[in-house]
Amino acid sequence: MGEELTRKEKGKLLKFVDSFGLPRLIITGFLALLLIVAPFVGADLPTQLTNIIARFSWNGVLVLAMVPMVHSGCGLNFGLPLGIISGLLGATLSIEFGFTGGLSFVMAILIATPFALILGSLYGWLLNKIKGGEMMIATYVGFSSVSFMCMMWLVLPYHSPTMVWGLSGKGLRTTISLEGYYNQVLANFLRIKIGNFVVPTGTLLFFALLAFGMWAFLHTRTGTAMTAVGSNPAFARAAGVNVDRIRLLSVVMSTWLAAVGILVYEQGFGFIQLYMAPFNMALPAVSAILIGGASVNKASIPNVIIGTILFQGMLTMTPTVMNNMIHMDMSEVIRVVVSQGMILYALTRRTEGGK
Amino acid sequence: MKKKFALGSFMTRASVPLMFMIICAFCIPLSGLSPSYLINEIVTRMGRNAFLILSLLIPIMAGMGLNFGMTLGAMAGEIGLILVSDWQIVGIPGMVLAMIISVPISVLLGLFCGKILNMAKGREMITSYIMSYFMTGVYQLVVLYMMGSIIPIRHSNIKLPRGYGIRNTVSLLSMRQKLDNLWPVYINGVKIPMVTFIIIALMCLVIVWFRRTKLGQDMRAVGQDMEVARDAGINVERTRILSIIISTVLAGIGMIIYLQNLGNFATYTSHSQIGMFAIAALLVGGASVDKASVGNVFLGVILFHLMFIVAPKAGTAITGDSMIGEYFRVFVSYAVITIALIMYETAKRRNKSMEGQRLMMEQKKEEAK
Repeated sequence: MGEELTRKEKGKLLKFVDSFGLPRLIITGFLALLLIVAPFVGADLPTQLTNIIARFSWNGVLVLAMVPMVHSGCGLNFGLPLGIISGLLGATLSIEFGFTGGLSFVMAILIATPFALILGSLYGWLLNKIKGGEMMIATYVGFSSVSFMCMMWLVLPYHSPTMVWGLSGKGLRTTISLEGYYNQVLANFLRIKIGNFVVPTGTLLFFALLAFGMWAFLHTRTGTAMTAVGSNPAFARAAGVNVDRIRLLSVVMSTWLAAVGILVYEQGFGFIQLYMAPFNMALPAVSAILIGGASVNKASIPNVIIGTILFQGMLTMTPTVMNNMIHMDMSEVIRVVVSQGMILYALTRRTEGGK
Repeated sequence: MKKKFALGSFMTRASVPLMFMIICAFCIPLSGLSPSYLINEIVTRMGRNAFLILSLLIPIMAGMGLNFGMTLGAMAGEIGLILVSDWQIVGIPGMVLAMIISVPISVLLGLFCGKILNMAKGREMITSYIMSYFMTGVYQLVVLYMMGSIIPIRHSNIKLPRGYGIRNTVSLLSMRQKLDNLWPVYINGVKIPMVTFIIIALMCLVIVWFRRTKLGQDMRAVGQDMEVARDAGINVERTRILSIIISTVLAGIGMIIYLQNLGNFATYTSHSQIGMFAIAALLVGGASVDKASVGNVFLGVILFHLMFIVAPKAGTAITGDSMIGEYFRVFVSYAVITIALIMYETAKRRNKSMEGQRLMMEQKKEEAK
């Protein structure tokens, strides 16, 4: 009988592991271990926590941008760089037009919006043409647009001396400092500081606002229609939902959120990164939401929050802890293996509903 | 009617190569490079790249799309070369030994990749693409941390000063162009590396022959329709895994041929670009995601690399900025892959809807009776 009981318990445990996802369990355990070990190897815990929270605040919106497309069944948005480019256009044009301080951030969002709407619509239209192959094509749409913009950053007639190369007077620099523009504008709002522990309240509030907006949207009529399209397109069509229109909307939303996301990232990071920088920005966001427990066709706001904390936590903790412990920085390898492994894991899961 | 349709499909197939011919025709005079220089370069690059691109053909035959996982084979080839250059075995024997070392590694990696791809049917390409990134991480773990500490590396000229890990570039001076110079033939000042070309030609023959073997036929059946193939008694999973293993092994050997021509390699980055350039070249040659032939490989190498050579010069001539041309060729490589993928997916959808309409018509006929 005892044997039976253990088998039952084993079954329960397996079920729990299955529902939580083995990789997520491992990563949570790993992060917990890092946090426990950190004080013993001489890493300052408040500083570490500050780093994790700061990184979370930078990246949260970019990860949030994944949600609408996953909901509408378009899969993971590997085309995130397209939205990022809209954001970069907004950022550079805002500076070019001479806005400074907090106003430059607002203007950057305002200027980025039309770009995001236009590019997002085109992108959404394209993805409607190629249902079933979204993820691969999204990846390459992202790559093509980034490499196309590499030429544009050189050619477009920017003149602001803070942005162009000093010597030739034309062509944008690879990194542009945001000092005097919107560096830390959100983070400085209601910033809490206790010793080494700092919370960028404003950025977190901004993220919370967008996340709440997303949550509220998903509970409106259009939002539920979007979920329906994602889980069962045939059923949604039968219920009178215009599937293509909903998908298009989700792509536009995702693109716009990516544009805002990169601006939030920049205000935390302090620099605008152009040229090839947006190239691989989709992958961290994709793996973050997957680590948070999302799958190729299911994602929620808690997935975004948990995933970003776990992923960014792992990213910031591993270098310091490992360096202090064994004087060997393997964080890059761990980052690549964990994040890509997570995406692989998600891609090999069988999706419910199917296409 | 039928003829018109065939012409239409020919035009869509030929559109990418035609576009490239136009780009090249436009850029060559602007670049100001002499024809003999261009021919020389193309011949060199043909010998360098053709074998790598040939490795892509077999997964396409098995309906698994473009094998972005060929990077895995490239890594296996690099590991072989690193070990051989540490053992200081030079020239052709070194190359052959590197190939022999790379094969078991490629087989293991291919087996792993094939198993994963079988779990992700219908999205093989994105999965193999992510796979290449994942394996890059594992490769880094092995080469940057385990070589020198666990795997013995004796010579300090390839080891990092800290005592483990391989330097950023590995010099292959001892085997540089050894294969190409084994039997060079000069025609009007153009050097033709005969041995490399013979190996490539043999590989082409093998691929053409392979299509007719039992395994080749099985692969084509699996590529056409997995369910039908399964009903016909073909072990679909095994066939697909085999196609990936063969592709990975060929990519490993191709990488060694590629690197012996270059004479050194960037330890941590050279494999990552290989996949993209090989795939872009194949597509430029008029291949699609579900159909590619040996001819596409050669046309692709010529057109793609012609563009690659002339674009920076032409860009400099037009805008006075050399970077524009550099970015332009990167953009074109990505754009070509994007366009090919879009064309493939739209065609797939069109065929599906046509099939649906045909079934509907038949049903109506049945009902009318």
